[in-house]
Amino acid sequence: MKTRNNGMKSMIVLVLALMIVVTGCSQPGSNASTSNGGNTNASDQSVSDVVAGLDSSAVGFIFVGTKDDYGYNQAAYLGSVAVEEAYPDLKVIRAENVPESAEAERVMEQMIQEGAKIIFPTSYGHLEPALNVAKRHPDVLFYHQGGLKTAENLGTYFGTIWEPVYLAGVAAGKMSETGKLGFIVSVPIPQVLLNINAFTLGAQSVNPDITTNVVFTGSWCDPGQQANAANSLIDAGVDLLTLHQDCMKTVVETAERSGIMTVGYHADANELAPNGWVTGSEWNWGDLFVDMVKVGTEGQFNGSKYDGKYRGTLADDVVKLSTFGANVPTDVQQYVEEQKAALLDGTLNPFAGPINDQSGSVRIEVDQVLSVEDLESTNYLVEGVIGTIPQ
Amino acid sequence: MIADILTGAIRSGTSVMIASQGELISERAGVINLGTEGSMLCGALGGFAVTVWTGNPWIGTLAGGICGLLISLIHAFLVLSCGANQLATGLTIMFFGMGVTAFFGKNFVSQQIVGFNPVPIPYLSDIPFIGKILFNHDPLTYLSLLLVPVLWYVIFRTRLGVILRAAGEREEVLFASGINPKLVRYLAVLAGGFLAGIGGAQLSVAYTHSWVENMVAGRGVVAVALVIFASWKPLKAMIGAYLFGAAQALQLTVQQQGLAISPYFLFMVPYVLTLVALLIVERRKQSQTPEALGKVLAGSS
Repeated sequence: MKTRNNGMKSMIVLVLALMIVVTGCSQPGSNASTSNGGNTNASDQSVSDVVAGLDSSAVGFIFVGTKDDYGYNQAAYLGSVAVEEAYPDLKVIRAENVPESAEAERVMEQMIQEGAKIIFPTSYGHLEPALNVAKRHPDVLFYHQGGLKTAENLGTYFGTIWEPVYLAGVAAGKMSETGKLGFIVSVPIPQVLLNINAFTLGAQSVNPDITTNVVFTGSWCDPGQQANAANSLIDAGVDLLTLHQDCMKTVVETAERSGIMTVGYHADANELAPNGWVTGSEWNWGDLFVDMVKVGTEGQFNGSKYDGKYRGTLADDVVKLSTFGANVPTDVQQYVEEQKAALLDGTLNPFAGPINDQSGSVRIEVDQVLSVEDLESTNYLVEGVIGTIPQ
Repeated sequence: MIADILTGAIRSGTSVMIASQGELISERAGVINLGTEGSMLCGALGGFAVTVWTGNPWIGTLAGGICGLLISLIHAFLVLSCGANQLATGLTIMFFGMGVTAFFGKNFVSQQIVGFNPVPIPYLSDIPFIGKILFNHDPLTYLSLLLVPVLWYVIFRTRLGVILRAAGEREEVLFASGINPKLVRYLAVLAGGFLAGIGGAQLSVAYTHSWVENMVAGRGVVAVALVIFASWKPLKAMIGAYLFGAAQALQLTVQQQGLAISPYFLFMVPYVLTLVALLIVERRKQSQTPEALGKVLAGSS
């Protein structure tokens, strides 16, 4: 009898344990980098008489989070609002909180049923589902945000966000008094590492001894972890926090309550931190989306600049610097604007060599110029960044 | 560094600790509530929403507790009055809580609140080392520290505690003395849900001042495991909860020290600790488990 009871109890304990592992592994909005296996190649539909997106009556947008997260999704949402305002006759369909899984396929199919021939899957992890749906609907045009794979009827777009991130780093370097900056991020994808590097290099251009403490939380938006990370960094002596997360509110407010400065990302959160806000980097998708929809509905996608991996730049105003906080002195603002002008006219290269990684080896040689592709495959952190890349 | 880990342990572990104290009451009476995660989520959203509406975090926290209590009422009804399986019902309640809060919480993601802020206690917080660890927290954390000895006293030194434990050990004795064990169990589950709601509210109203879908991220499940780990004793449950918080703080501190331990490995630590706790329970003397609970875990009730 006792053995049988023990056996049952062990089973139940095991089930409980498995449940915990499953709950522990599922974080909101997490980057499902292994979704859908490897079943998609850049597809090549041979149906050449079908023009994707032509005369679409509706445009669909899917977001991985909520539209007012003071972050990534809010930026995309504002872009969709611009489309709505520019084309009053076009129906705009939105879906929030769409997970990065097969569920996204279902949502996109639904939008296609409602007449959408242009769809914007806005999260990195929506790429695989979008490629799957794209294969099945050659007459539907997909504009995916941030992806690195394309198809006949799927183009990806992104912005050279590292440019304003570099400039924000310059501002941070000027404003920091302890010389210790904090950077809260989620997972070590190249875009994240690139931002950390750009920020640090910008700060180092003002103060060569400045350091950036990096914390990987493993999640794109987990307020508990963000609060932990912020508190931990503040305890370690940083006086300025920045982040690469989908939602900003928790970190910005925690910093503001502790009297720490903030540099934002994705959207302008100046009003959340009236004392500590310095500046930030944000997306300006509105004009880009409007143009992309125009190109799509006119059937001009193939061969256009959006057919492939389009990257809008600071010069295109696709990415921009956020407003300065009230406590940022005018001479600092002026200095940053000067650096921005130099960046725009080409006299300033944020990644001018020699640049070393954390182990001291040279990663960018003197006079070496990196392409956008090179930058978007960054797999190291520069000297002055404290924190290891999770393997 | 040690001081930072300990401070982080209390900051991060408080919400789990409060929930585990609540679950402890419930399990002492013989009912296991896996829906604690759902109660915590409802408490987090309810607390946050009411704080937005009233501007008062105390009222908000109370409301959060009530939300948690209402969710656990469903569990109590299904298990005690309808005779449903406790584990299955608990899991269902957990997913229900996750869905319901995701749905109703959409409009609160961008809201700001006047929440609880850390209040350093004068004089005590200046004590080197200990001052920073113990005396620089928000009011709910202070209350939670007081909760533990109070709960210990009630459970082990008062008649109310005897009645509670009797419901979990020998319900016939309660019947014989004229007290309805089912009523005791109902109240125990409701108390557990109330505290789980408070734990969730602490997370949203005091710690992060935010609401995001599924923000409790498994803490409720960890709380249930911790109660078993602690052999149903309040003090041990508190230590377990802070251990969980310390593991979360540890992975952050270690990253900053530049130590080459993979953060992915460190993310696992809090949950692995909980797994270890559950395995340890197999070695425990059977006598420590409340009998009624033992029957549930063995599948014969």
